[in-house]
Amino acid sequence: MRSKTIIGKIDIWLFIIYIALATIGLLSIYAAAFNEAHPHIYDFSQNYGKQLVFIGVSLVVGFIILLIDAKFFNAFAYVFYGLSIICLLLVLVVGSKISGSTSWIQLGPISFQPSEFAKFGTALALAHYLGKLDTDLTKFKTKVIAYGIVFVPVLLILAQGDAGSASVFIIFLLVLYREGMGGKILIIGLVAATLFIVSLCVSKWYIMISLAVIYAFFLMMINRTKKNILLVTGILIAACAFVFSVDFAFHHVLKPHQQTRINIILGKEHDTKGVGYNLNQSMIAIGSGGFSGKGYLKGTMTKYNFVPEQHTDFIFCTVGEESGFMGSFAVIALYLALVLRIIHLAERQRSPFSRIYGYGIACIFFFHFAINIGMTIGLVPVIGIPLPFLSYGGSSLLMFSIMVFVFLKQDANRMNIL
Amino acid sequence: MIKNKINYSQRQYVIGSIFILVAIILLIKLFVIQIVDDSYKHSSNTNTLRYITQYPSRGKIYDRNGKLLVYNDAVYDLMIIPSQAKDIDTASFCKLLNINNSVYNTNLKKAKKYSNITPSIFISQITKEEYGRIAERLYHYPGFYFQTRSIRQYPMPIAAHTLGSIGEVTKPEMEKDSYYQLGDYIGKSGIEKFYEKELRGTKGLKITVVDVHNREKERFMDGAFDTLPKAGTDIILGLDADLQAYGEYLMAGKTGSIVAIEPTTGQILAMVTSPTYDPNELVGRKRGMRYNELLKDPEKPLINRAISGTYPPGSTFKMINGLVSLQSGVINANTAYPCNGPKSAPIKCTHFHGSPVRLYDAIENSCNPYFWQAFQDMMNSKRFENQKAAFKFWYDLVTSFGLGSAVKTDIPFTVSGNIPKMEYYDKVYHGVWNALTIRSLSIGQGEILVTPLQLANVAAAIGNEGYFYEPHYIRSFGNSDDSVSFEKHIINIDQRHFKDVKKGMQSVFEGEHGTAKWSKIPDITIGGKTGTAENPHGLDHSIFMAFAPVENPQIAIAVVVENAGFGSTWAAPIASLMIEKYIRGYVTRKNVEQRVLTTNENPR
Repeated sequence: MRSKTIIGKIDIWLFIIYIALATIGLLSIYAAAFNEAHPHIYDFSQNYGKQLVFIGVSLVVGFIILLIDAKFFNAFAYVFYGLSIICLLLVLVVGSKISGSTSWIQLGPISFQPSEFAKFGTALALAHYLGKLDTDLTKFKTKVIAYGIVFVPVLLILAQGDAGSASVFIIFLLVLYREGMGGKILIIGLVAATLFIVSLCVSKWYIMISLAVIYAFFLMMINRTKKNILLVTGILIAACAFVFSVDFAFHHVLKPHQQTRINIILGKEHDTKGVGYNLNQSMIAIGSGGFSGKGYLKGTMTKYNFVPEQHTDFIFCTVGEESGFMGSFAVIALYLALVLRIIHLAERQRSPFSRIYGYGIACIFFFHFAINIGMTIGLVPVIGIPLPFLSYGGSSLLMFSIMVFVFLKQDANRMNIL
Repeated sequence: MIKNKINYSQRQYVIGSIFILVAIILLIKLFVIQIVDDSYKHSSNTNTLRYITQYPSRGKIYDRNGKLLVYNDAVYDLMIIPSQAKDIDTASFCKLLNINNSVYNTNLKKAKKYSNITPSIFISQITKEEYGRIAERLYHYPGFYFQTRSIRQYPMPIAAHTLGSIGEVTKPEMEKDSYYQLGDYIGKSGIEKFYEKELRGTKGLKITVVDVHNREKERFMDGAFDTLPKAGTDIILGLDADLQAYGEYLMAGKTGSIVAIEPTTGQILAMVTSPTYDPNELVGRKRGMRYNELLKDPEKPLINRAISGTYPPGSTFKMINGLVSLQSGVINANTAYPCNGPKSAPIKCTHFHGSPVRLYDAIENSCNPYFWQAFQDMMNSKRFENQKAAFKFWYDLVTSFGLGSAVKTDIPFTVSGNIPKMEYYDKVYHGVWNALTIRSLSIGQGEILVTPLQLANVAAAIGNEGYFYEPHYIRSFGNSDDSVSFEKHIINIDQRHFKDVKKGMQSVFEGEHGTAKWSKIPDITIGGKTGTAENPHGLDHSIFMAFAPVENPQIAIAVVVENAGFGSTWAAPIASLMIEKYIRGYVTRKNVEQRVLTTNENPR
């Protein structure tokens, strides 16, 4: 490692995957917005021209990160976290409304979403906290703090009415699991997610009754020691409280149009021009791609401006229609390669901070791509979260890029840590 | 470093497996919809999907008795998708459509400019008859198809201003609301505009598979992705169609307006503005051309004089001044003032009657000196700290009748008229002014301006003895039995004062000297007041306001006939005919009707 510059030390595979995804994104946005009047990809009045600029900015910021001391992000993890919390609070006051939720901060011509920043901040803070020598995840206090780090931003994002972005944070449970949290945590997470959705669909009183029945059933089945009874009762109370708070948040925190959006997602309301409609269009587009697709710029479905979020949340439609199953396979393979590569690199880190941070971003990327592609093909409800590196949008691309470059720097620097 | 901790690195395989498993699930689903399930597939070269917007039927509009005022009729838009319109035999196609080649080329260019691949309207609003002829041969011309639309029809040619019209959306309207696409219709004025969201309903979408011969083959996936249009909500107006028609009949050939309000609800019973036009004229393809003609018409038929014409209220305003003076306690109903007839100063009397006069006689005879003296005594009264306080008392009560401010309900573009503010006089007279300076106010002249709508509302408030509902058009929505209610305004004047003024207004019809005694209706009690608004530009305007029956008013009305002289000559008989028509359902005094219709002493 004597004379190698920082560029020579970064993991070339991860970098290639990153560049490949960003390029596919640019080409897809160009295809989605293709307009005969503006055929040049560097036409900056068009979305693809802007995306090209965003990629350039992301690369510049990325290289600056590579030049910063690797210890910087560990040392200032809480500062980043604190800043992201401040931004989340700020957005509640001065946020501007874009498609239903007030989750954007407008700074002159630039608007950015603090919830994007919060993912990064949370990954850093969690890595910093769990990476400390004396942190022991089997201790109760440690668990509470670890959960706290994750749930403070979740609550603030929920308060903006952006349930989609808030749901991303649930994936940090996987990071906690890797760092020694009991396997039960995955089950608890699953139950919590199920209860969350069920309590939006069904009247809370039905859920209470069901929970009571399950509770009675457990009481009959288990060995009725004092400890067990207390435990089961505690779980019941926690579950009830959870259901009530979700119900309260839905009816009192969310505004009517936000409730409608959630109801449409859950199928309680039928919407002819909104979310349900997008999904139908998106499935037709992807399905019509067939095995090898209709060819680049030849997609007919995606050309109709029937999918309003075509270039952002539904960018995968363009991939599916124009390059078919082969293209979809390739993109999913690239994402899988991305997250598996990051895990692989994370495991070779000497510093626990770098490892945990790596897991953090791998999980974020994983959640985003799985949910986003899943929603375009009707596997999961339509939640407005972007497809990393592919979706149009400066603030999300920049944030995802920063996450990657910070990790590349940590990895490049791993040998310098004793 | 991590020696003293248990090593959990085995868990990387669990996490990795989760990642791989989820990726496999995504790929399986993709494999199913992209390869296994044929229904999503269609070759873009041979078959294309056509997205046909299903337009909902726009809500109908009814009057208070269930009479249909506005309904829909089908027309057809010829649509084009430029990228699919290839190998068109232009000559035969133009012949079929009855257009010439240049129209074809401009329309094609326009459509291409909008989008090569999304449909746009090639020719709009083709009639049913033409549609049948063209549709038969349309399969020769790929890329063209028909889309059903509806246009508005009006069974009775009345209330054009109230109902308003619809027209194609403009670019700014599309930017404001993403619901609209190029070629959609949107309410442009009146009820159509104000209740656009309720009337328009929700568009649906039909997806059909079209083959290379431009034939619609089948519903895509048996209509699984289609959405049904949702019809718009019907609207029931407070309008009485017969009364409205009668009012327009009476006003034909005159310039002016009539506003009739139901005092118990604030609903508009009739709103006539003259000259007017037939709402059927602003429908369909001829809308644009006809609209421009109306716009250029020197008689200005597009102006709704009932809500945007402002007039000095003249003597009708004396009712309010009387009420304010009574409420101030400076006078009571028995206070008498001398009148020197035409020799009175500073304002002379235009009527001949005895002296001194009390409130009832003053109203009956429209005595100027009485109201000037009452106004002067109030302004100079020791009950108020100074004249400014007295003026403020007057101003606050006057504006509480809804004067000086626009109506904020479903009646758009109402103007506010004018009740002069203290600051105005301070500015004009440099702070030095008194009752004498502003004496014109006492007889409803000077800076005061009201709209016929405001005047009718004043009549409603007096008839109700102290309250009114913000005037509005709507009675209820078609999907609900509950009528829509609006804000109730209570006027800070004792009910007994209203009773006194009403008594005076009744004698306007029934008294020996009543200024409207020729317009009396057998068996129906009316309270009213004539007015003659001085018009610096020509003959005075004839003004009248009334309510009936006096005991429990069912109708309050204001009539303005421009350049027609005294209130008693034109406005009063018209108001009385309207009242009779509404309460009785028919008119017995044919001689009065005949005079109103035929006397050729027009207005201008």
